[in-house]
Amino acid sequence: MEVGQMQRRLVEFTKSLFVEGFLDGQFLQLQQLQDDSNPDFVVEVVSLFFQDSEKLLNDLTSALEQQDVDFKKVDAHVHQLKGSSSSIGAQRVKNACVVFRSFCEEQNLQECMRCLQLVKQEFYLAKNKFETLFTMEQQIVAAGGSIPATEITSF
Amino acid sequence: MADYGDEPHVLAVDDNLVDRKMIEALLKNSSCKVTTAENGMRALEYLGIRDDQPGESSASATTSKVNLIITDYCMPGMTGFELLKKVKGSSFLKEVPVVIMSSENVPTRINKCLAEGAQMFMLKPLKASDVKKLRCHLMNCRT
Repeated sequence: MEVGQMQRRLVEFTKSLFVEGFLDGQFLQLQQLQDDSNPDFVVEVVSLFFQDSEKLLNDLTSALEQQDVDFKKVDAHVHQLKGSSSSIGAQRVKNACVVFRSFCEEQNLQECMRCLQLVKQEFYLAKNKFETLFTMEQQIVAAGGSIPATEITSF
Repeated sequence: MADYGDEPHVLAVDDNLVDRKMIEALLKNSSCKVTTAENGMRALEYLGIRDDQPGESSASATTSKVNLIITDYCMPGMTGFELLKKVKGSSFLKEVPVVIMSSENVPTRINKCLAEGAQMFMLKPLKASDVKKLRCHLMNCRT
C-alpha cells in the first residue's frame, strides 16, 4: 500500500472513531499537545491510561466480590476511571462510568456488576481501536509519510 | 503583580496520573514551568509548610517557590479545598493564586472554594484554551 492510501485510510478510521462515539473532542486536545518537543505524547498518555486503568478494573472486580461491598470505595475507583477516560477523550468508557456511578449511589450490587462488565467491554474495545490507530500511524511514518492532522470540520 | 519573566512556575496537584500528565503538558504548552504533586501533603511539603505543626513557626520558607497553584478538588486524604485553606492560612503563601479543578459542576462546591479565596474554578477536562485564559487572567501575560 502506498503512503497516500495509508493516509486516507487513517483519516477515515479516525473519523469513524469520532462518529461512533469512541472519541470526543478532548482527544483533539491530546493531539494538539504533541509536537517536535513532545513527539510521542499521544501514545504515552494513552498507554498510561490503559496501564493505570487496568489496575483500577482489577480493584473494582475485587471490591465488588467482597462480602460487604464498600460502595464508597467502588464509586471512588469509578470516579478515577471516569476522570482519566474523560481526559483522553475516551467517550464511551467515560459514559459507561457515569452510569456505573449512579448505581453505586443506589448501592445496587446487581446493576454495579453489570456496569463493571460494560465498562470492561468498552475499555477493551477502546484499547483495540487505539492500537489500530497507532499501528496505522507507525506504518505511515515507517513508509516515510507524515500523519495527517485530524480535521474536525470534515465530520 | 510581580514580574515572573516569561515562565511562571505552577504547582499542579492531582491524584490522577493521567490528569497530572495532561495538566503538565497543557501548562508547559502555555510556557509555564511545572512541578506536579500527587496529593495535598506532597504539595505542602514542596511549598515548605509542614502539616503536622500549627502556625507559622512550621514554615521552612519565607517566599513562595510558585506563582500559581492549580489543584484537583476530589483527592483522597486532603481535598483541594483543604489544601486551599492551608495555603490561604499561610502568611507567605496566601497571595499565591489558587485554582480549583473538578470534573463535577456543583455550584455549592464552586461557591465554597471561591469564598475561601480560590481565584478560579475550572471544569475538567481542561483544554488548551482554558489554560491560556487562566495564564493571561492570573499572571498578566505580556502579549
